[in-house]
Amino acid sequence: MVPLSWYIFLSAALFSIGLYGVLARKNAIAILLGVELMLNAANINLVSFWRYGNTALMGGQVFSIIVFAVAAAEVAVGLALVIAIYRTRKTVVADELDLMKW
Amino acid sequence: MTAEQIIFFLTAALILISALMVVTTRNLVHAALWLIATLFGAAVLFATLEASFLAVVQIVVYIGAISILFIFAVMLTRRNLLDKVSQTNAGWPWAAGIAIAAFAGLVFLAGQMHNAGAQKGEVFGDPLMALSTALVSPDAYVLAFEVASIMLLAALVGAVYIANRK
Amino acid sequence: MTTELLIWLLPLPPLLAFFLIVLFTNKNKALSHSIAVGAALLSFAGSMVVFFRAVAIDHFGEGDKVFNSFITWLPTGDTFLKIGVLIDPLSAVTLFFVAWTVLMIFIYSVGYHNFGQPEGDHDHKGLPPHGATVTDEHGHSHTVLSVEPMYSRFFAFIGLFAFGMYTLVVSDNLLTMFVGWEIMGLCSYLLIGFWFAKPSARAAAIKAFMTTRVGDVFMLLGIVFLYSATGTLSFREIFTADVLAKLAATPTAIFGLSASGLIAILLFIGTVGKSAQWPLHIWLPDAMEGPTPVSAMIHAATMVSAGVYAVLRMFPLLTAGWDHHGLTPEMTVVALIGTFTAIFAATIALAQNDIKKVLAYSTISQLGFMIAALGMGAYIAAAFHLVTHAFFKALLFLGSGSVIHGMEHGVLHTGNHKVDPQDMMNMGGLRKKMPVTFWTFLIGGFALSGFPFITAGFWSKDEILADAFAHGHWAILATLSVAALMTAFYTMRQITLTFFGEARTKEAEHAHETPWTMTLPLVFLAFFAVTYGWGGIPEKFPVIGGIIPNWFHDFVGATLLEHPKAVEFSGIPLAISVVVALGGLGLGWLVYRGVKAGQPDPLQKPLGPIYTLLQNKWYFDEFYAFFVVKPVIWFSEVFTSQWMDKGVIDGILHFIGKTPIWIGDFLRNKFDKPVINEFFGDGTAAVFQKFGHELRYTQTGRIQSYLIASASFLIVLVAVLAYYFFLA
Repeated sequence: MVPLSWYIFLSAALFSIGLYGVLARKNAIAILLGVELMLNAANINLVSFWRYGNTALMGGQVFSIIVFAVAAAEVAVGLALVIAIYRTRKTVVADELDLMKW
Repeated sequence: MTAEQIIFFLTAALILISALMVVTTRNLVHAALWLIATLFGAAVLFATLEASFLAVVQIVVYIGAISILFIFAVMLTRRNLLDKVSQTNAGWPWAAGIAIAAFAGLVFLAGQMHNAGAQKGEVFGDPLMALSTALVSPDAYVLAFEVASIMLLAALVGAVYIANRK
Repeated sequence: MTTELLIWLLPLPPLLAFFLIVLFTNKNKALSHSIAVGAALLSFAGSMVVFFRAVAIDHFGEGDKVFNSFITWLPTGDTFLKIGVLIDPLSAVTLFFVAWTVLMIFIYSVGYHNFGQPEGDHDHKGLPPHGATVTDEHGHSHTVLSVEPMYSRFFAFIGLFAFGMYTLVVSDNLLTMFVGWEIMGLCSYLLIGFWFAKPSARAAAIKAFMTTRVGDVFMLLGIVFLYSATGTLSFREIFTADVLAKLAATPTAIFGLSASGLIAILLFIGTVGKSAQWPLHIWLPDAMEGPTPVSAMIHAATMVSAGVYAVLRMFPLLTAGWDHHGLTPEMTVVALIGTFTAIFAATIALAQNDIKKVLAYSTISQLGFMIAALGMGAYIAAAFHLVTHAFFKALLFLGSGSVIHGMEHGVLHTGNHKVDPQDMMNMGGLRKKMPVTFWTFLIGGFALSGFPFITAGFWSKDEILADAFAHGHWAILATLSVAALMTAFYTMRQITLTFFGEARTKEAEHAHETPWTMTLPLVFLAFFAVTYGWGGIPEKFPVIGGIIPNWFHDFVGATLLEHPKAVEFSGIPLAISVVVALGGLGLGWLVYRGVKAGQPDPLQKPLGPIYTLLQNKWYFDEFYAFFVVKPVIWFSEVFTSQWMDKGVIDGILHFIGKTPIWIGDFLRNKFDKPVINEFFGDGTAAVFQKFGHELRYTQTGRIQSYLIASASFLIVLVAVLAYYFFLA
C-alpha cells in the first residue's frame, strides 16, 4: 500500500529538480523545460491529494486541468518570446539577456 | 512489497531519472526527449491514481503538443547552440543548494502534516463523469473552466503576435 | 467796528503781506512793496484810530476803562488759559510810536533799496548791491546805485517783523507777548543776516540770535514760574493787588528774593538780552551788518523797545512790596545793570568810527538810561524816554542810512571800492550836499543829546535825572550825568565829522541827496522828535510848567494801580541836564571841527591806551570768545560729539553690531558647515553613494540571478516561519 507521503516526496523531488533546472541552465529553452517539470510536480501532488482525500470532490482534478491549460499557455508564450528574442538578439543564452543590468 | 508499490517505485524512478537527465544533459534535443519520458512517467502515475482522463490528457497535451513545441523551438534557435559547451551557468552551486533546501523544506512541511501517512480511499462514482460535470456545472467550476479557455485564447494570440515576423 | 475787534486786527495786515509776498509776489518788486507799505498803512491807520479813541476816554486805564478782549483758549483742567488783546495807556502810547516808526521805516525801505534803479552789473542775491553801469545818450557811462536783488524778500521779512511787534504790543498776556518777542527774534536773525553771502553778516545773525536766546530762556523760566504761582498769564489778572501782595510775600530759595522779585529778575534777564544790556550787549553792534532800515527798526523803534516795554509791563511785579523808601533787591539789580550799561556803552561810542556803530552803542546806552529809571521806580520817566528815544533814534538811523547812500553814490562815482562809505573819517562837509538829511539828523542828534527845551530828548532825560535826584540815588545820578555828557559829546562828534568841515575824501565830494522816499520819513520823525517832548512837561516846571498839562504823566500813569506821583521840581537836575547837554555838544564841536583827511582821531593821543580799549569795546567779545564760546564748542565738538556720541554710543552700537556677526560666523563655520553640511548632509549622501556603488552590481539583468536571490530569501523566510509555527 502506497501512503500519500511517497507521492509527496516524489512531487517534492521533481519540483526541486525542476527548480534546479530553472536556476542553473544557460539556455532559455532549458529553463522552460525546468518550469515544465515544476508544473508536473504540482500536478502529481494535486492528483494524489485528490485520490487520497475525498474523491467525490472534483476540485483536485479540475485544478489539475487548469494547471494543464496554464502550462500549455505559458510554454506557448514563452517559446514565442524566446524565438522573438532569438531573432533580434541572435542568442538564447539567458546570461546574455541582461539589458536591465546596472 | 505489493505490486502497487513496485509499480510506484518503477514509475517514480523513471520520472526522477528522466527529470535529472532533462536538467543536466547538454544536448537540448535530448533534454526535450527526456522531458517526454518524464511526462510519460507522470501519465502512468495518473493512471495508477484512477485519474484516467488526466493521464490521457497528459499524453495528448503535454507530450503531443508541448514537447513537440519544445523541439520546434530548439530547432528554430539552433544556430547558436553548441553541444560541447557547458549548459550550466555560473551560479549552479547556488541553484543546487536552493533545490536541496527546497526539497528539505517541502519534506519537512509534509512531515508536519497529520494525514501524511494516509492510505487510499474509495473511489466514489465515476470520476470522469464527475469531472466533466464539475467542469461545466455552474455550481462547480465552470467559471474557472471558462477563464482558463480565455487565457488560452489570450496566450494563443499573444504567442502568435510575439513570434510574428514583421 | 468795535475798538476791540480793531485791536485784534492790528497785527494782521503785515502778516498777510508777508505771506502774500513770499508765496505770490516775490518776482514783482513794485507789487511787493505796495503790499507791504499798504499793510503798514492799514495797521498804522488802525493804530491811530485806537490811540485817539483811547485818548478820548476820560481816566483811560483806571479800573475797567481799557480795551480788553480775550478768548478762552486752552483748557487746563477746571480753568482755561485765556489769551487776548489789551490796550491800556502804556500800550496805547507804545502803539502810537510803533505804528509811526514802522510806517516810516517801510516807506524808507523803498528808497533805501533803490527801487526804480537798474539791476546791478554783478549783483548776487545775498550780497549788497554793487552798482550798475548806465550809458546815457552821449555814450558816457557811469555807475549808479543798483536795486537790491532780494527786494521783495526784505519787505516780506519786515512785514513779519511788524507782525511780531504789533502782537507784542496788543497782547494782554505773557504768552502771546512772548510769541511776538520770539517772532521778532527770528526776524532779527533773518534781517541781520539778510545779505547772507557775507560771512560777517551770517556770524552777526547767529550772534544776535544766540545772545537773545540766552535771555529768552530765563524769561521763559520766569513765565513758567509766574504761571505756576498764579495759574494765569493775563496781565489784568496778575496785576491785582491781592495777587501781587501774595507773590511779594512768598519767599523763594534763590538769593532770598520773594516770588515776585525772582519772577521780575527772570523776566528782566529776557530784557537784558533783547535790549542789549550789559552783559548781553554784544550782539547789537554786530547787528549793524544788516541793512539800515533793519537797524532802525530793530534797534530803535521796535525790538529793543520791546525789551523795555516788557519791563514796563512787569513794573508792578518788579515793585511788588516796594515801600517807596529805598530799593528792593530786584530793583537794585535792575538799576545797577541799567546804569552800568549806560556809561559803559557811552564810553565805547566815543571811539567808534563807523557811523552806525556809534548809533548802536548810543542805543545801548539810552536803553540803559531807561532800565536805570525803571530800577529806581521812575515809571513815567522810563516810558517817556522810551517813546522819545524811539522817534529820535529811528530818525538818526534812517538819517545815517541816507548818509551812507550818499557816500555810496560817491564811491560808485569814483570807482574806488576800498573806501568804506560808513566810515565817518571818510565823510565831511555833507551838509551842503545833503541838506534835508543834515537838518533832520541834527534835530535827531540834538534830541539824543538832550538839547534844552526844544527837543523831546531833553524832557525825557531830564525827568530821569530829576527822579534820581528826588529819591536820593546819588551814585546813579552822577553816573547817568557823566553818561549824558558823553552822549552829547559823541553825538556832536558824529555830526561834526559827517556834516561839517570839508569833505575829507573824493567820495564825500560826490555825494548827493537821497530821493523823497528816504527823506520824507526823516522829516516826519524829526517832527515828533521835536514836539513829542512837549506832551510831557512836568507840571511844576518854572514858567512853562502849568501851561500844557503833563498829558503823558496823567495818561500813562493811569496804567498802574497806584497813580505815580509827580516828582518835586528841583533846579539842580535841570541845571545838570542843561550843562551836560550844551557842554557836551560844544566840546564835541570844538574837538572835531578841524579834523582833516588822513588825520587820526584827536582823542587818540590824549587817551592813549584807553582809546584802544574803548575802540575794541573793552575786549568783551574776546573775553566771551575765550571763556564762553570756546568751552561750549569744546564741549560739543570734543566731549559730546567725539567722546560721548562717537565713542560711547557708537561704540556700544558697534559692539552690538559686531557680536551677532561674530556669533553668526562662529555658528556657520564651526557648527553649520562641518556638522550639518559635511557630516549630516554630505556624509549621508556619501554613505548612500558608497552603498549604491557597491550594491548596484546586484542588478545583473539576468533573471536567473534574481530568481536565485528571491528563492533563497523565500526559503529562509519559510524556514523562519516554520520554526516559529511548528517547532517553537
